[in-house]
Amino acid sequence: MEFAEKEIRLLRALQEDLPVRERPYADLAARAGMSEAEALEIARRWKEAGIIRRMGAFIRHRKAGVIANGMVVWDVPEERVEEAGRAMSARDCVSHCYARPRSDKWPFRLYTMIHGATEDEVREQARLLSEELRVENFRILFSLRELKKSDTKLFMEEDR
Amino acid sequence: MDEIDRLLLTLIQREFPLSERPYAEIAEKAGVAESEAIARIEAMREEGLIRRMGASLNPRALGYVSTLAAARVAPGRVDSVTNYINRFNEITHNYERDDEFNVWFTVIARDEAAVAAIIDDIRKHSGADEVIDLPATHIFKIKVNFDLTK
Repeated sequence: MEFAEKEIRLLRALQEDLPVRERPYADLAARAGMSEAEALEIARRWKEAGIIRRMGAFIRHRKAGVIANGMVVWDVPEERVEEAGRAMSARDCVSHCYARPRSDKWPFRLYTMIHGATEDEVREQARLLSEELRVENFRILFSLRELKKSDTKLFMEEDR
Repeated sequence: MDEIDRLLLTLIQREFPLSERPYAEIAEKAGVAESEAIARIEAMREEGLIRRMGASLNPRALGYVSTLAAARVAPGRVDSVTNYINRFNEITHNYERDDEFNVWFTVIARDEAAVAAIIDDIRKHSGADEVIDLPATHIFKIKVNFDLTK
């Protein structure tokens, strides 16, 4: 996908922090070297096209009281991947759901991030899903330590 | 954080308008004045509850390629393996988890060859006993906003 120079400047600016004031996009547009109206028009187009996945606030979950989460991996038979993936995605407590390749070292096929107020709540949600979807072999991997978490920055100078 | 804060925080996570006065629209939904919404949101940011206001881009739509990798690392080596892995800008998230495969990280790069080269490098040089590459075959759900009003 090809972008004009000013569009790349806008992509970069969108990944920075917008000021909290009446017209935040005016600052964004100034950084990208275009008018506010133009920046908004391009951004709306990108939102429509799915290039902008979401616009808005990124919060620190722990501070906001969304405390526990676990990565729950499921050994789902091949013919049930689609159905189970969709059923798990329908749950509020599931924030992410992906399928990934199975291997002889790692039999799991579906990956979910399950959130709750406590780790016990996460365990309980996983147990309920396991029962309802009849997937017996699953594992909950709680994180012991965050070793790295950085915002994904695309189209930055260094990787062009 | 009171009820209005929780509502504002939920609204600005869910769908922040791409319009000239986004806070005016948010404020109207929350039943407060624009100036009050701005003051409250700014306060939550200063407190650290809000990490950033901006866009989350879809790497795939922009041609990027990503994967999740799991490494089996001897307990005494987690720190040195982590130092090795974290040097790559392309590695955005890395967690130590309670399992035989105990180090889980995401790689995102401009093309498949770049991702493969990083995985290969880590396999050979990081000190991990084993690294499995787990690129997504299906993406069923990605939700990063939370309803805080419940």
